[in-house]
Amino acid sequence: MSDSQVKTHGVNMDALGRKAQQKPPEDEECSLEVKNLKLFYGDKQALNGIDMHISKKRVTAFIGPSGCGKSTLLRCFNRMNDLVDGVRVEGEILLDGDNIYAKSVSAVELRRRIGMVFQKPNPFPKSIYENVAYGLRLQGIKDRRILDESVEKSLKGSALWEEVKDRLNDSALGLSGGQQQRLVIARAIAVEPEVLLLDEPASALDPISTLKIEELIYELKSDYTIVIVTHNMQQAARVSDYTAFMYMGDMIEFADTDTLFTNPGKKQTEDYITGRYG
Amino acid sequence: MDTIDIGHHISQRYNQELEDIRNQVLAMGGLVEQQLDNALQAHIDRDAELAEQVIKDDYQVNALEVAIDEECTQVLARRQPAASDLRLIVSVIKTITDLERIGDEAGKVAKMTTALAGRENNSEHGIEIEHLGNRVRQMLHDALDAFARTDVEAALKVAHEDVRVDREYESLMRQLITYMMEDPRMIRRSLDLMWTIRALERIGDHSRNICEYVIYLVKGRDVRHISLEQMEEEAGKR
Repeated sequence: MSDSQVKTHGVNMDALGRKAQQKPPEDEECSLEVKNLKLFYGDKQALNGIDMHISKKRVTAFIGPSGCGKSTLLRCFNRMNDLVDGVRVEGEILLDGDNIYAKSVSAVELRRRIGMVFQKPNPFPKSIYENVAYGLRLQGIKDRRILDESVEKSLKGSALWEEVKDRLNDSALGLSGGQQQRLVIARAIAVEPEVLLLDEPASALDPISTLKIEELIYELKSDYTIVIVTHNMQQAARVSDYTAFMYMGDMIEFADTDTLFTNPGKKQTEDYITGRYG
Repeated sequence: MDTIDIGHHISQRYNQELEDIRNQVLAMGGLVEQQLDNALQAHIDRDAELAEQVIKDDYQVNALEVAIDEECTQVLARRQPAASDLRLIVSVIKTITDLERIGDEAGKVAKMTTALAGRENNSEHGIEIEHLGNRVRQMLHDALDAFARTDVEAALKVAHEDVRVDREYESLMRQLITYMMEDPRMIRRSLDLMWTIRALERIGDHSRNICEYVIYLVKGRDVRHISLEQMEEEAGKR
């Protein structure tokens, strides 16, 4: 029925009013490609050969019970697992076609291209301004005008500017939890990464701050590829374009979010998202 | 995943809520079936009293619709159902709308019966209308059965039956038109009969709708407004 596309209120629909389906992730422009990724903590295997495409400028959510490997997988994307003793990684992750685990790739440079935000906001005990400018200073940028511009742009980008523009030199620790989380996101986007990894970014926040973060994610996806890990399934359903369900180190199902939450293909996915025991 | 399991939630109360909703839909279905039975019986016997009773009892169907809608709203607000649970709630909300309309159509049959009962010379077409009525009654019964057992095969059969009901309706309409042309004194009575068979044909359509929701519930495929062949193809998927 796709031959009779009509536009209703700006949404592409077919003649019967059915919304055009989201493309499968393989058909989208690829930002990160995971190829047979295995990860071991010592003897224990935590990821059992993951294959997936993370689409460019889309939001991809990982859901699954605790210990299923979703955070581990997320941390592989900027090699955070390098810092953990006894971790061994096999397989490849390609960022725009280049393996990030190749010997020639510097982890520091990689983490500039792939930023990360954690569950608990972790601002530095410095001023709001210095927190955002930190990454740029590390890159050796000293020009005050460039720093000013970048701080303003990043704080606007993280929807915090209006709340802090008059007190940029106050300590970041005086901000509320939700504001601190948006400050951390501003710090992450100040260095203009390509990918943003969000590990439970709203789970320590109240519902209103959570909605602000979700709104922010929606705005950020026009510029960044976003990968988010969340325990809140409704949140995954609200913010993401694609959702991956993981269980015991396996990628059980990876599909567009609309399909996964209304008509999942696997029983395990169904049981998890409907709150059933398998 | 061709069977719909409404139990096995970690929350027992959630199981109970969904089970209650399902049972209430079946109760509403039973009531609507009873209303249609009575309306048809009243029509066949030209029993104005029974017909009046059908019209009077319609409020019970309406009350159930409101009650089930309310419970579905509560589940949506409290549980944020997903996947098959979400499809169950959506198909219930739609099913009860069609059931309520079937109740209204049964009321129309009853209303025409009260009109016909007062007229003379009114036994013509009795057999044909009874036949159509039985066919439609069976369709409704099978549709409710398909819902109760979440049976896609049974749902498809009902959709096929609707085509036959439509044909029977068309043929009865043609007969009545001929009748009216032959004898203008019959126009008033024939119109009453036309309203009756029109109501029965609509009940067939509503029963088919219910079956479409059953297919949506089980398969997650929206099969409204497509041909029977397309419907079978969609229902065969996954």
